[in-house]
Amino acid sequence: MNFLPMTMRRNGVQCMTPPSETLLEVSGIGKHFGGLAALNDVSLHILRGEIYGLIGPNGAGKTTLFNIVTGLYQLDSGNFTFDGTGYVSCKPHLLAQAGIARTFQNIRLFANMSALENVMVGRHVRTRCGIWGALARHAAARAEERAIIGRARELLRYVGVNRPPQTLAKNLSYGEQRRLEIARALATDPKLLALDEPAAGMNATETESLKTLLQTIRADGITVLLIEHDVKLIMGLCDRVTVLDYGKKIAEGVPHEVRNNPAVIEAYLGGGSA
Amino acid sequence: MNMLAQMSRKHRAWLAFAALAMLLLSLPFITDALLGRGWVRILDFALLYIVLALGLNIVVGYAGLLDLGYIAFFAVGAYCYALLGSPQFGLHLPFWIVLPAGALLAGFFGVLLGAPTLKLRGDYLAIVTLGFGEIIRIFLNNLNAPLNITNGPQGISMIDPIRIGEFSLASTHELFGLTFPSVHLHYYLFLCITLLVIFVSLRLEDSRIGRAWMAIREDEVAAAAMGINTRNIKLLAFAMGATFGGAAGGLFAGFQGFVSPESFGLTESIMVLCMVVLGGMGNIGGVVFGGVLLVLLPEALRHGAGPVQQALFGKMFIDPESLRMLLFGLALIAVMLWRPAGLWPSRQRRRELSADDDAAQRGTVYDAAK
Amino acid sequence: MDIFLQQIINGLVQGSIYALVALGYTMVYGILGLINFAHGEVVMIGAMVALSVSLLLIGSGLPPLLVLLIALMVAAAVCMVLGYGIERLAYRPLRNAPRLAPLITAIGVSIVLQNLAMIIWGREYHAFPALLPNSSHLLAGAIINEVQIIIVLVATAMMAGLMLLVHRTRLGRAMRAVAENPSAAALMGVNPNAVISITFMMGAALAAVAGIMVSANYGIVHYYMGSILGLKAFTAAVLGGIGNLRGAMLGGLLLGLIESLGAGYIGDLTGGFFGSHYQDVFAFLVLIVVLVFRPAGLLGERVADRA
Repeated sequence: MNFLPMTMRRNGVQCMTPPSETLLEVSGIGKHFGGLAALNDVSLHILRGEIYGLIGPNGAGKTTLFNIVTGLYQLDSGNFTFDGTGYVSCKPHLLAQAGIARTFQNIRLFANMSALENVMVGRHVRTRCGIWGALARHAAARAEERAIIGRARELLRYVGVNRPPQTLAKNLSYGEQRRLEIARALATDPKLLALDEPAAGMNATETESLKTLLQTIRADGITVLLIEHDVKLIMGLCDRVTVLDYGKKIAEGVPHEVRNNPAVIEAYLGGGSA
Repeated sequence: MNMLAQMSRKHRAWLAFAALAMLLLSLPFITDALLGRGWVRILDFALLYIVLALGLNIVVGYAGLLDLGYIAFFAVGAYCYALLGSPQFGLHLPFWIVLPAGALLAGFFGVLLGAPTLKLRGDYLAIVTLGFGEIIRIFLNNLNAPLNITNGPQGISMIDPIRIGEFSLASTHELFGLTFPSVHLHYYLFLCITLLVIFVSLRLEDSRIGRAWMAIREDEVAAAAMGINTRNIKLLAFAMGATFGGAAGGLFAGFQGFVSPESFGLTESIMVLCMVVLGGMGNIGGVVFGGVLLVLLPEALRHGAGPVQQALFGKMFIDPESLRMLLFGLALIAVMLWRPAGLWPSRQRRRELSADDDAAQRGTVYDAAK
Repeated sequence: MDIFLQQIINGLVQGSIYALVALGYTMVYGILGLINFAHGEVVMIGAMVALSVSLLLIGSGLPPLLVLLIALMVAAAVCMVLGYGIERLAYRPLRNAPRLAPLITAIGVSIVLQNLAMIIWGREYHAFPALLPNSSHLLAGAIINEVQIIIVLVATAMMAGLMLLVHRTRLGRAMRAVAENPSAAALMGVNPNAVISITFMMGAALAAVAGIMVSANYGIVHYYMGSILGLKAFTAAVLGGIGNLRGAMLGGLLLGLIESLGAGYIGDLTGGFFGSHYQDVFAFLVLIVVLVFRPAGLLGERVADRA
């Protein structure tokens, strides 16, 4: 039953710290594309161990916020603090090292690498073998490689990709690709797992098992940040949600409160009739 | 026959290995006897080109960085060897210093080229590397005045032969009751180096670094998001590829005894790229095969085009040199149309540098703004 | 004599030719995302065909301008057929192949064209007949001859025509649509294959014109002239932002000017250490510097990575 790799258990212990502790704090972030304000003074904070939802209509700025906290975009104003360290601008790989791992809205796997290799790449940031190790394959290098493979296999099972590990990523089914992306992200031993519309394009059964997977991940001590359109999934899964509309935060709170917030209803149903 | 059937798989593998080893070891003697000494020389060049192609394979095949100026590193290695071991400056440093020096210098140039161009992708990188290759060649061509460094278009001659201790590869040696002419000796040295480079490539391919290269090739953004320091890893690919190129260049200079800028033009860069792509990018077997093919094919055409014409029509209709290159060009087209992923693609990686990554790179197409 | 003005004039003439050839690269790149490596050789074939036609007609008593016009027509027609054929045979079958495959066939095509030209026209340099009035004029201390004036005027006219065609006609709209999204364009009733063929043919016609300009300017035709010119023009296209028509023109003119001024002043700038044979280094260095600061060229739009 316990598929948990060692580091996850360690994270699980961290979860025991008081739940009030903030993992990610976003303060007054703004981002413009040309004349368009994609984000305008957005602030939010995510606590350790929670599943946090980010929702809003298309073009509300959810992915932009994602890209900022994962280092793909530079912010124009504001800053964010992750795990006690403040950032204004930071390279993606350093944020991954700090413990933020993500998936992409339009799946970005390494298509021509095997499922196993995809997850093995995720271990890159927690392993050290360099050129010399690769050439000499000394004992430490071999041990590290074995550990990488072992962990990658474990994670494939953990997310439920039950295919031969040598299957090329591009030959997996859509749902499997989504799961593989999660496994690859988990391989970096994240503290925060950021998922950009993981249920997009999934049918009801797949969504249901995704929900179970996310609950397991959270139970194993990893904080989850979730962009999602599927309101039912958000309501059933998230501890707290933030609603963005036109780059502004219009509501924050526990799901059922937010659902009844007039501003949110307005944003989703459109204000054109007024 | 029965014996063969009874042998275990392992034994058969050993047998195949032994047969291949025997073939490789006796190849210069067989070639010498059947085709003449000139062909042994061609074999030597084939091995050098394989080393080059394997080096470029790291950059293009593994890391997915299109380099059209790769021959510049070959040039750096060759000239480094030539300048440190010839009457040009009166320096005659030993082989074991000049060869690594050339390789390291080429590696340094690799970083020098890589560092400012890391942000570029696809075709932009291609043209910058191409420009870099041309710049190196133009400098080699013109650094003879006012200060004579490279001797300009005349090139540098009387380069020291490759000498390991007191054993010079430039002269004929009698060993184990056999006569080894110079070209044979170079063959064995180059074979060793080729095998070493193949070994290095294989090890790198199946390692943490190799996976990081391929991840960058497949999707650079995702690779960075997974914690790969794309800048350093790409620089490493440039440096490794360039180092191989520089080593091959040093061997080339020692083997030929002469270098001139002519050997390092765009055509040569493109030729090496063709070896990598035609053979099967990212697949070591394919790259080796591509290298052998692209050295041997033009040579075979050179020797074939004239006589065949003579035999068919009784006289020379077409300049054989043009005809050979014409056929070579047609062969390139035909092979790519027939097998777009190369003659011997790796099982897994059929779609290097595939088109979707490119969509984001293409810039404005027909600027729509009025 | 005003050396600065002279270099500017030379640069503009050379730059106009680069721009015309660069347009061919950029049009194909814009629509297919493919470097048409054989484009330089098409320029050369255009020049060679024009040479043969004018040598054939020059003794017939026709006025030289008419001879040139006929030569131009024939060269353009041959190049268009060639452009169509290259796309059809070497690129279209590889449209969904790995990205480097068409690059290799393009290299193959240029080797074939070059050697074909060598077989047909030989290895020697040919003198291109002087069909245009060639008297020189003094302009504020610099010399400009009529061929140069004609080159700049014709190039400008062709570029203006192309811009009008791309932005103001149905065909141009179809081209832009295919460049943006071939499958969506197909759904809207545009035939992408036809548009792509036409693009190749237009690029080839421009190449033929450029080929004749180079020949007329230098008075010399050679089977190897295409590769260097093609390389420079491609550099110009990238400098301006490949895929962008205005970028190609800007890049071409800039490259011509940079080379010309570089060749003229590099000696003075470096105290005589580097001579004018470093002019190509100059061109490529400028390219590298521009791309380091503007990775998509001067007019190329910076496309952020979409996550």
